[in-house]
Amino acid sequence: MAHAQTLTEAGETRFHLTEDHHPENGTLLGFWIYLMSDCLIFAVLFACYAVLGRNYAAGPSGADLFDLPIVAVNTALLLFSSITYGFAMLSAQAKKVPATLIWLAITGLFGLGFLSLELYEFHHLIHEGAGPQRSAFLSSFFVLVGTHGLHVTFGIIWLVTLMTQVAKRGLGVEMKRRLMCLSMFWHFLDVIWIGVFSFVYLLGVLK
Amino acid sequence: MIPSPLKKLALLPLLLALSGCDWVVMNPSGDIAVQQRDLIILSTVLMLVIIVPVIFLTLFFAWKYRQSNQTAKYDPDWHHSTKLEIVIWAAPLVIIMILGAVTWTSTHLLDPYRPLDRLAPGRTAEGVKPLKVQVVALDWKWLFIYPELGVATVNELAAPVDTPIDFDLTASSVMNSFYVPALAGQIYAMPGMRTKLHAVINKPGVFDGFSANYSGEGFSHMRFKFHGMSRADFDKWAADVRKSDGRLDGTRYLVLEKPSEKVPPQRFASVEAGLFDKAVNRCVEPGKMCQHDMMAIDKAGGLGMAGTTNVTTLEYDKRVRRGEGGIRSFVAALCAPKSAPAEAR
Amino acid sequence: MSPDLVKTIFGRLTWDAIPFHEPILLGTFAMVALGGITVLAALTYFKVWGYLWREWLTSVDHKKIGVMYIILAIIMLLRGFADALMMRAQQAIAFGDAAGYLPPHHYDQVFTAHGVIMIFFVAMPLITGLMNLVVPLQIGARDVAFPFLNNFSFWMTVGGAVTVMLSLFVGEFARTGWLAYPPLSNLAYSPDVGVDYYIWSLQIAGVGTTLSGINLIVTIVKMRAPGMSLMKMPVFTWTSLCSNVLIVASFPILTAVLALLTADRYLHTNFFTNDFGGNPMMYVNLIWIWGHPEVYILVLPAFGVFSEVVSTFCGKRLFGYSSMVYATVVITILSYIVWLHHFFTMGSGASVNSFFGITTMIISIPTGAKIFNWLFTMYRGRIRFEVPMLWTVGFMVTFVIGGMTGVLLAVPPADFVLHNSLFLIAHFHNVIIGGVVFGMFAGIVYWFPKAFGFKLDPFWGKVSFWFWQIGFFFAFMPLYVLGLMGVTRRMSHFEDHSLQIWFVISAFGAVLILIGIIAFVLQMVVGYLKREQLADPTGDPWGGRTLEWSTSSPPPAYNFAFTPVIHEVDAWHDMKQRGYVRPTTGFIPIHMPKNTGAGIILAGISIVVGFAMIWHIWWLAVASFVALVGGAIAHTFNFKRDYYIPAEEVVRVEDARTEALRSLA
Repeated sequence: MAHAQTLTEAGETRFHLTEDHHPENGTLLGFWIYLMSDCLIFAVLFACYAVLGRNYAAGPSGADLFDLPIVAVNTALLLFSSITYGFAMLSAQAKKVPATLIWLAITGLFGLGFLSLELYEFHHLIHEGAGPQRSAFLSSFFVLVGTHGLHVTFGIIWLVTLMTQVAKRGLGVEMKRRLMCLSMFWHFLDVIWIGVFSFVYLLGVLK
Repeated sequence: MIPSPLKKLALLPLLLALSGCDWVVMNPSGDIAVQQRDLIILSTVLMLVIIVPVIFLTLFFAWKYRQSNQTAKYDPDWHHSTKLEIVIWAAPLVIIMILGAVTWTSTHLLDPYRPLDRLAPGRTAEGVKPLKVQVVALDWKWLFIYPELGVATVNELAAPVDTPIDFDLTASSVMNSFYVPALAGQIYAMPGMRTKLHAVINKPGVFDGFSANYSGEGFSHMRFKFHGMSRADFDKWAADVRKSDGRLDGTRYLVLEKPSEKVPPQRFASVEAGLFDKAVNRCVEPGKMCQHDMMAIDKAGGLGMAGTTNVTTLEYDKRVRRGEGGIRSFVAALCAPKSAPAEAR
Repeated sequence: MSPDLVKTIFGRLTWDAIPFHEPILLGTFAMVALGGITVLAALTYFKVWGYLWREWLTSVDHKKIGVMYIILAIIMLLRGFADALMMRAQQAIAFGDAAGYLPPHHYDQVFTAHGVIMIFFVAMPLITGLMNLVVPLQIGARDVAFPFLNNFSFWMTVGGAVTVMLSLFVGEFARTGWLAYPPLSNLAYSPDVGVDYYIWSLQIAGVGTTLSGINLIVTIVKMRAPGMSLMKMPVFTWTSLCSNVLIVASFPILTAVLALLTADRYLHTNFFTNDFGGNPMMYVNLIWIWGHPEVYILVLPAFGVFSEVVSTFCGKRLFGYSSMVYATVVITILSYIVWLHHFFTMGSGASVNSFFGITTMIISIPTGAKIFNWLFTMYRGRIRFEVPMLWTVGFMVTFVIGGMTGVLLAVPPADFVLHNSLFLIAHFHNVIIGGVVFGMFAGIVYWFPKAFGFKLDPFWGKVSFWFWQIGFFFAFMPLYVLGLMGVTRRMSHFEDHSLQIWFVISAFGAVLILIGIIAFVLQMVVGYLKREQLADPTGDPWGGRTLEWSTSSPPPAYNFAFTPVIHEVDAWHDMKQRGYVRPTTGFIPIHMPKNTGAGIILAGISIVVGFAMIWHIWWLAVASFVALVGGAIAHTFNFKRDYYIPAEEVVRVEDARTEALRSLA
């Protein structure tokens, strides 16, 4: 027992510590729990898509609308951004500030690329008359994909904030913890996107 | 610490209910509602097996082990007894197992979707032709269509005694709940959906019916009378309705559908065939695509890109009715005449 | 100015939105404004703004935040109860030709606001406040895991409450019922701002609730004192843990479903509309997947309070600790598979209905076990009938009746005749008042001396208890009766005069409860006036058993000079039994978080975002949202978030306590 020692000292029962006590930092656990709660939001959106995703209201379906090559490029961009974020974390572990910043910047650019393509897709759909108002299918599609896109947007804002802070303060324990949180967030969005890609786009083009 | 008169007060409703006074839920006039009442009494008695001892023991222990009673045994470290723990988990478990079995069977037997197999205890429903009634909850009144009689009424419902009634229900705008406590339990009437209720009335009389789900401004007055009649009286009533003037067709329905409160009973001598189906499928307005057609199209994969252009706007609509101006669109029927929206105005 | 320009600047906000023509609202506004000005003037006169800002508003101390939550809850209780009195009065007089004094337009807002306020801004702040105040003390921690986040969560909850209150005087509140079912709550049938107020106030408060849930879970998981294994945690901490797990696992669903309703209302999407393939049933399902766990979020901490109170005032270890814990966990899990019992009557089919009916009944088994555990804790105890114990016995008698009617409603065919009736209203008030409110009041009276150093006045406490208890029976037993007479809920007018007597009795009960509330506030006022006499110099006024009673009342900012080490379930009782001697020397500096104004500022901006969205003032919405994100980012640049309380300061505080304890002996 590891803490048997703290409980008793020299055979005598101790009722308090005499030294400074620092509980383990809970940030990563807390952030993980937050991600799970966010995951529930996506779960609701996926559930709505599952229920409403075939209600085209005599309008166009996924097979009519989705442009798979664009989505494939988009998926690739996001997956690559996860890898580059991984490199950023490796550089951060090695305490290399410039390398960390470069990898983060590349990650951000991939993210921006992803967002631009997504906005292009949305614009194109709305322009064709297939906006979120047209049918429950399109409502649930736009809101699910759009919510993911909003998360990516905030991820990028956060990324830029952290880059500024890393540039200013280097890579102390605290900055590494923050990078770690964003890392979890970023990979989480990747996982969600894989769900969106397979569940919405791939299944959508199969009639 | 709670004086016993209070405890009695708590049990008062039950005592009164068991003594059988004229509260409608406890003293209904339809076989389904009677069975539901019996179920309430049975479950309550079952639970009282646990509840009464608990309340008694609480008050008894509170009194017996009060601080001033130094003669009572005090055992500050007694905190576990496996035997007792088994009892306190097992006793509720047994009750719930019995109640669970009762629930399973009664829920299936009294399922509102299930056609009746008896009119009253010991009287089979076999061979008795049910009366079909179609119910539409409008803002804020009830429309009843009798498809077999070809008539319709507003805020007035009648049925012959000892005849199964086969209700189909829907609503025009928001959720309502159709409830005649003397007849049977309630069922929701919801827009774009069709619910069902099977019931029978065993005693002639006039009973209250109303919406049991809040539906907006005029909700409190969304009430009607349900008349249970002998077969002869019912036939006479139906003949009277047929003699009234007025025909309920789509156009008339759209006028009727507009929000109104405290609507007196109205009668229509004839009804457009299939009106209820149109109401369920939300296509009483000419030119609007029916939901079953829409679903069929959707099942086949939608209308493709052409489907982005088949949205038409309807000038008169619910937003206009409930306050704000504005135009709302709908999906046009595939062969709708171009002038359709104007007609619907 | 051109009308277009006015519309751009003010959105749909016009002078018509101010209810000049509603005498009731105008009077309320005058009272609130007068009261507000008096308070502000007094604060300025006594020059306490600086103190308030430094010591309370910006505080990250979990005890102060807990206290502020409870103050918020009591203020909102007054508002929510005023709504209740208005409803009781209306229903007692509006028969036949008498229309009553509230037209449907107003009455419908009142019952919606009553439900929303009581659940989100009374019950939730009460439990969150109590958990904040007590949990870190019970687990021997110095604060919660994320002190700033705690402050921010609190202010977001206040933000939601402020938004609801704004709807009284600017525009109107929802007229949809407290869960705002579409299609009624959708744009087509509720085009005005009411539902938007509803949505935005719940969204703002929801952020706070979810974050404080995460915060408390991490606190309990990571910050327990050495030796406190999970099965040695106090029961209140256990129930708090389960309640917060439920919060984190259910509030996001509420957030999501309200966001979808928002999309329907603002972007004209078709999630819950009638046409274009929308599905209103989806909303009903989703909101109850949040809504049912919410019931247990509220009642579990109350169960925890009763467990602490029973064992303390019976002077006896809690009977069946582990079965209590398992029962709590079982309830936590089961609460997710019962949601459909809220709408058996929507035609789900017999098998689905009976499945959800039976799962609902199964919850009564662990709940029953809990009741028996409290009962057998009383058995062979030495019961001191202090006010918290009175609330507890009152709870045990009242709650079982509510539990019984609850199981009754879980039988689908019975629910068909009782659903949406006043029987249902009586049932859930029976469990929420008898369970949650009694529990929270017991908790407040029990832990008040810990927070402030003096007990509440016992006379007024007892008055409060008896008026609440008797008032409850008068107010709600008639509603059970009316339910059995087939009277449905949310009616602003009745035809049948024979019902009137029951409504009058019920209104009388509401007046008794009003006296109970006044007495509840009086016990604080009188307690404060008699604080010398009621003082608790020992830190352990009730003969407590858990760690919070081992420190002084009120505890120092750092809670414990030395982190305690735990060996038994009732840690403090164990320490007392084994002759623990409080250390008086060897103090070291203590690491603590620093206060910050970021929480209140960000929450203030959130209110502006909400207000701008409600009134379609798009420029302001964008500007304030940018400010919100900018403010949050700016806060992340603040790295100086902690400091050390120097050893001399600790020595000074602890020596004062040593002195005080010596003078007692």
